[in-house]
Amino acid sequence: MAFEGLADRLQKSLQKLRGKGKVTEADVKEMMREVRLALLEADVNFKVVKDFVKRVSERAIGQEVMQSLTPGQQVVKVVQDELTELMGGEQSKIAVSNRPPTVIMMVGLQGAGKTTTTGKLANLLRKKYNRKPLLVAADIYRPAAIKQLETLGKQLDMPVFSLGDQVSPVEIAKQAIEHAKTEHLDYVLIDTAGRLHIDEGLMEELEQIKELSKPNEIFLVVDAMTGQDAVNVAQSFNDLLGLTGVVLTKLDGDTRGGAALSIRAVTNTPIKFVGLGEKLDAIEPFHPERMASRILGM
Amino acid sequence: ARYRKVDEDFFEELEEVLIMADVGVNTVMELIDELKFEVKRKNIQDPKQVQEVISEKLVEIYKGATDKEESLELNLNPNGLTIILFVGVNGVGKTTSIGKIAHMLKQEGKSVLLAAGDTFRAGAIEQLEVWGERVGVDVIKQGAGSDPAAVMYDAVQAAKARKVDVLLCDTAGRLQNKVNLMKELEKVRNVIAREVPDAPHEVLLVIDATTGQNGLSQAKTFSEATSVSGIVLTKLDGTAKGGIVLAIRNELKVPVKFVGLGEKMDDLQPFQPEQFVYGLFGDLVNEEK
Ligand SMILES: Nc1nc2c(ncn2[C@@H]2O[C@H](COP(=O)(O)OP(=O)(O)OP(=O)(O)O)[C@@H](O)[C@H]2O)c(=O)[nH]1
Ligand SMILES: Nc1nc2c(ncn2[C@@H]2O[C@H](COP(=O)(O)OP(=O)(O)OP(=O)(O)O)[C@@H](O)[C@H]2O)c(=O)[nH]1
Ligand SMILES: [K+]
Ligand SMILES: [Mg+2]
Ligand SMILES: [Mg+2]
Repeated sequence: MAFEGLADRLQKSLQKLRGKGKVTEADVKEMMREVRLALLEADVNFKVVKDFVKRVSERAIGQEVMQSLTPGQQVVKVVQDELTELMGGEQSKIAVSNRPPTVIMMVGLQGAGKTTTTGKLANLLRKKYNRKPLLVAADIYRPAAIKQLETLGKQLDMPVFSLGDQVSPVEIAKQAIEHAKTEHLDYVLIDTAGRLHIDEGLMEELEQIKELSKPNEIFLVVDAMTGQDAVNVAQSFNDLLGLTGVVLTKLDGDTRGGAALSIRAVTNTPIKFVGLGEKLDAIEPFHPERMASRILGM
Repeated sequence: ARYRKVDEDFFEELEEVLIMADVGVNTVMELIDELKFEVKRKNIQDPKQVQEVISEKLVEIYKGATDKEESLELNLNPNGLTIILFVGVNGVGKTTSIGKIAHMLKQEGKSVLLAAGDTFRAGAIEQLEVWGERVGVDVIKQGAGSDPAAVMYDAVQAAKARKVDVLLCDTAGRLQNKVNLMKELEKVRNVIAREVPDAPHEVLLVIDATTGQNGLSQAKTFSEATSVSGIVLTKLDGTAKGGIVLAIRNELKVPVKFVGLGEKMDDLQPFQPEQFVYGLFGDLVNEEK
């Protein structure tokens, strides 16, 4: 692996201090350099890293680290604690509307995993909560997007609502909710087309779908391999739509996933689920402390 | 102008801009050290001048050790069938890039055939078929769930029988740490290599420009499994800069051949190193406007 975990890094940098006895402020600074590098290599956003290191540094210089007999381990602990805290507690609950159907809107960049995650969430809602979801094919742009969702619906033996690709996504969402009401389906999951956060026309379309369908949840689906740009994407979607949660996909890969921290830091929106494979049961609640260890390479 | 001087602040901002472009912190720090040295040696004071040096250095890193003038064009077989295999992780734009490249080749007057080698993902075959219709080329397919190596075998036979110029082969997206799936890809490649001497003539790794440092691991592992010959860098129409290809190029010498700039048939361009490199740090020098 090209990456080196934070613990190893600190170990190395501390070897230089060995035998000196007490740790000085300069030593802490040196260790913070390693923290910074580890986070940047994990794709945590540059600005997020900057703020984070500043805060950790203050804590480290404060007491815990400088007084400690094992300053390296202490730094790791402080960093891990702060990271975990920043990413928030476990929040894998999905909203329930007291006037069904509950509407969930899936949004995000192209190829992030929206359609697959729509299937996974529907599967979870039925399996764990005994709910009856309706999958809504509101991506009229991507070639065979409707077919993809219909295939997932077939695999799950679940209804898929589609009006083809000649009706506007806003209209599709509207009719889907009516359909769910008459069929007594209690969740409506709207699979929207992938789009760039800077595509004004398509972003406006999402706003309209939101306006009309009054979703109880708006999930931003983000690829865990995303680099520095994750903050721009998350911020744009959040500013426009007011996200209620994030799903981090493709965590079954070997990416560090620093995007998780970046997104949380800039949107203050909880990461609710992680995707861990292509199959429809490969979804789990997000665990902040596991994610912290992963980002730090431990 | 915002930058009166080429001083410590300037280099700090440059570092920030390049890291934010996903170039990777190690590459950036090396680059900054070299730049500082150059700036001192040449006694450069004017940011305009330093801009040229940055460009030069980045292009140098990009071009790396390969001195030979290499072609960014596709390696097409002049005496018969050319086979191009597309590989990469999930959702990066493999199928879409095949559609775009099919369109490009067709416009150049070539006959093209597509192979639906993704038999796994829901709707993958139909997606390629839509592209086939759009572009006006045929797709060789089997049913969902069938063996991708068998599809490839069929497609190669069809391409030979129909005497087409180029066969473009789609594969299912896979994460590079999935050993079995990487083995499957090797098998697909071997089938092609066995059926046509010198094939595949290109193995194009598709990389999403939003990808962070994991891109390097993708390039390494896919290269080991399939001998990647070039990269298609997609989704450059977004705000991500795709800086990771600099590190990929630096370590693995694999050149970027095309960039994807949208979802339409025409949204493909040949890669231009100078333009790309300027895009990485352009924000820094443009800020003053
Ligand atoms: N390994 C892995 N692959 C995933 C995961 N989630 C999605 N994928 C794959 O990622 C690719 C893209 O997934 P889609 O669900 O089509 O993504 P999308 O966001 O709907 O894409 P667009 O509609 O084109 O914007 C597919 O190959 C999926 O199988 C995951 O958690 N792990
Ligand atoms: N904005 C933009 N979107 C792109 C580009 N290339 C592909 N896409 C979109 O990205 C999404 C995924 O593209 P695909 O071609 O399905 O990707 P893939 O690698 O074949 O995906 P899998 O087969 O699921 O692994 C689709 O929504 C495409 O329209 C590009 O250059 N720019
Ligand atoms: K992606
Ligand atoms: Mg989709
Ligand atoms: Mg594909």
